Amino acid sequence: MNLSQEIDDSRIALDAHVRDMIEWHFNPETGCPFWLEYAENLDFDPRKEIGGYADLKLLGHFQDEWLRGGPVRRWVPKAYADQPIYVFETGGSTGVPKSRISIRDFHIDYEIFSKTLSDEGFPPGSDWLMLGPTGPRRLRLAVEHLAQHRGGICFLVDLDPRWVNQLVRYGKNEELDAYKNHVIGQALNVLRAHENVQCLFTTPKLLEALCEKISLPKVGIKGIFCGGTEMDAQFHRFAREELVPGIDFIPTYGNTLMGLATCKPFDPVDNYAIIYYPPQPRAVIELVNPENPEETVDYGETGRVMLTTLTREFFMPRFLERDEAERAKPIPEYPWDGVENLRLLTELQESVVVGVY
Amino acid sequence: MIHIPILRAGRSYRSLNTIHVSHIKTGEPLVEVSQANRGLIAKDLVDIALQKEILGQRSVAELISICKEAARLFTTATLPLDGTTQSPTDYIQQVSGTTGLPEALCQENLFKIQGVLENIDTVLDGLTRGLDLQVLDTGWGVQNGHTLSYVCETDSLGAVLPSNSPGVHSLWVPAIPLKVPLVLKPGREEPWTPYRIAQAFIEAGAPAEAFSFYPTDYPGANEILARCGRAMLFGGGSTVAPWVNTPRVEIHGPGRSKIIIHEEAEHNWEQYLDLIVESVAKNGGRSCINASGVWVTAHGRKIAEALTERLARIEPKPLDHPEAGIAAWANPKAAHGISSLIDRHLKEPGATELTTGDRVVELDGCTFLRPTVIWCDDAEHPLANTEFPFPFVSVVEVPSAELVESMDATLVATAITEDPSLTRDLIATPLIDRLNLGAIPTNQISWDSPHEGNLFEHLYRQRAFQRG
Repeated sequence: MNLSQEIDDSRIALDAHVRDMIEWHFNPETGCPFWLEYAENLDFDPRKEIGGYADLKLLGHFQDEWLRGGPVRRWVPKAYADQPIYVFETGGSTGVPKSRISIRDFHIDYEIFSKTLSDEGFPPGSDWLMLGPTGPRRLRLAVEHLAQHRGGICFLVDLDPRWVNQLVRYGKNEELDAYKNHVIGQALNVLRAHENVQCLFTTPKLLEALCEKISLPKVGIKGIFCGGTEMDAQFHRFAREELVPGIDFIPTYGNTLMGLATCKPFDPVDNYAIIYYPPQPRAVIELVNPENPEETVDYGETGRVMLTTLTREFFMPRFLERDEAERAKPIPEYPWDGVENLRLLTELQESVVVGVY
Repeated sequence: MIHIPILRAGRSYRSLNTIHVSHIKTGEPLVEVSQANRGLIAKDLVDIALQKEILGQRSVAELISICKEAARLFTTATLPLDGTTQSPTDYIQQVSGTTGLPEALCQENLFKIQGVLENIDTVLDGLTRGLDLQVLDTGWGVQNGHTLSYVCETDSLGAVLPSNSPGVHSLWVPAIPLKVPLVLKPGREEPWTPYRIAQAFIEAGAPAEAFSFYPTDYPGANEILARCGRAMLFGGGSTVAPWVNTPRVEIHGPGRSKIIIHEEAEHNWEQYLDLIVESVAKNGGRSCINASGVWVTAHGRKIAEALTERLARIEPKPLDHPEAGIAAWANPKAAHGISSLIDRHLKEPGATELTTGDRVVELDGCTFLRPTVIWCDDAEHPLANTEFPFPFVSVVEVPSAELVESMDATLVATAITEDPSLTRDLIATPLIDRLNLGAIPTNQISWDSPHEGNLFEHLYRQRAFQRG
């Protein structure tokens, strides 16, 4: 099948998935209280009017304020009311964090992601070290599930990014350094004591800090899944050429609201550009004109990230993220739009403490 | 387009992350500058002790003669610039193009840097107070019958640099003959001068490993400050706040330099007008050693009026005009912002602007701020003791007895007074970094006197030493 046929097919599949999700979330038997109440105030029936992805604009833009504060159960679909529920938080350095419920989504997302990992870089049965933000974040449980799904056991080191943010905000460099050393010291202990740890999840900054203290190939690390904060092409190159040459290095972009976007397989032609593809149809990223979010930008143009999450656990239509990127063309592995050079929105770059851990 | 690379212990590196700095007149990109990612800086600095070892293999005497050759090359040679070359004329046009400093002033700054490199032995003599510099080669020595030993407290000198005036780069130059490798983070608009000084040194025979040059962002700059054993940081407010209590980081903040005229001398104040004008306006008024205050004990208003008449003669001119004396603003919004800030403060009682006409002017595609004179009869007024990077001066009248106490931290003070009590107080106060007694412009530097901290004392510590 040629690429354009695959693109058409993926679009048809997306529209069908949208109809399925709309039926689920707006059906009084299965939907969550939030969306059922929301539908009562609409002058149309989403189940009748929304026939595909393009029609989601009838619902406007999801507001992140809806996720701050409770009752958190209003997000639990009726069909899952008896299931054990997790709550995951995002941000939260100041004020009330955004929270999202989950049941199995993080398992499903990471099982899908697992299929993109090579057995050479991430050998089945090998153990993992999760060196990244823990606490109320989905990442900690997700990485542990990924390790278990691949037949391994996951070692964990605690890291509180909200505390790190505070230290940065108030310029407490010495405390920041002490905390970093505390975290890295624990990671070194795991790596030195457990030789079956061959896979690592970590953030760009912690990877740098770790590589100052230890040679990761020498302790047997074969694959690194890196994420949690933004990465640019220069960091990607620096990691592959200098920090961890010879190790399978996989950049990712994920968040609690969307799931996990995987990176286009490494190709020297891309000159280290990081191009992510969302896990469509479970999530869709559209890049839109920041001045007019109803307008999608052209390929190669810069746009604001508009995120739609479409799972049975969570429905989040057309949420305007605080990130921007260039729109990338579909590829055979991912026959839908990707995003290149993802970063914080230019207008926010001066004011937000981001990606500090 | 011209590209300025990163220097990683002398090795050129082109980053995938670059910024374009535009010519302030045309708005067209003039140079692409490679940006170092934070981790790259951190990784390189892990090995900085090796670079110090390489530099340390040269004797101080050898490094001094390299400095003198670098002086010649910096001023006259066509030097490498990432696969292309840069003549002295190119350099002056490029610095002027991105910073807005008139070409004539860039030329003066070039000579200032040449002066420090050329007279480096005199500079080192001033910094070390006549130490026999062989002591730094051997670690100890005997001088005037005393055994002396100095220990170097760092493997590198980090410098987070400003863009205001090229002459400022003469401050870190002595680190090389003092055997300390440099880790330089240039200002966004002024990568030119530190890069050219490094190239001149390398061409003159200095080990390239001694020069690391990292155009970078805020986290990158922090990495330099956190990892270098000694550093200098230029800036004010929130930039320097996290480092003010870190003695290994020498802060170069606002100068708030002043000229003080005491009443006994004041019947002659007119004869000092040239001195005041030079102190306020030389080098476009951009330096921290430019006077931003004239503090007097009487006749303040008259002095302010006379100064207004003199400074008003300095009008903006195109940047390539041989008599251009005011710098254009790389960021016109900043010029408008500062002008609005001054206007807001003028609404508070206690200060009056004596200069007239538009403060912000557009000329030849550039934005300028014209000289501004404020008459303050209240030393507590927010405009009484402040500075801006253009010829801005407040004339403040205070009673003689309160003068020293009220003037606050001052980088350079030129005091014109015959009064023994005031002279004593000025000599005694730690608020003044450099004191000129008599008619010496604030911007006049003596090669043999430490300026803005003593770099030798920042890098070295004298220690007890006995040999049995």
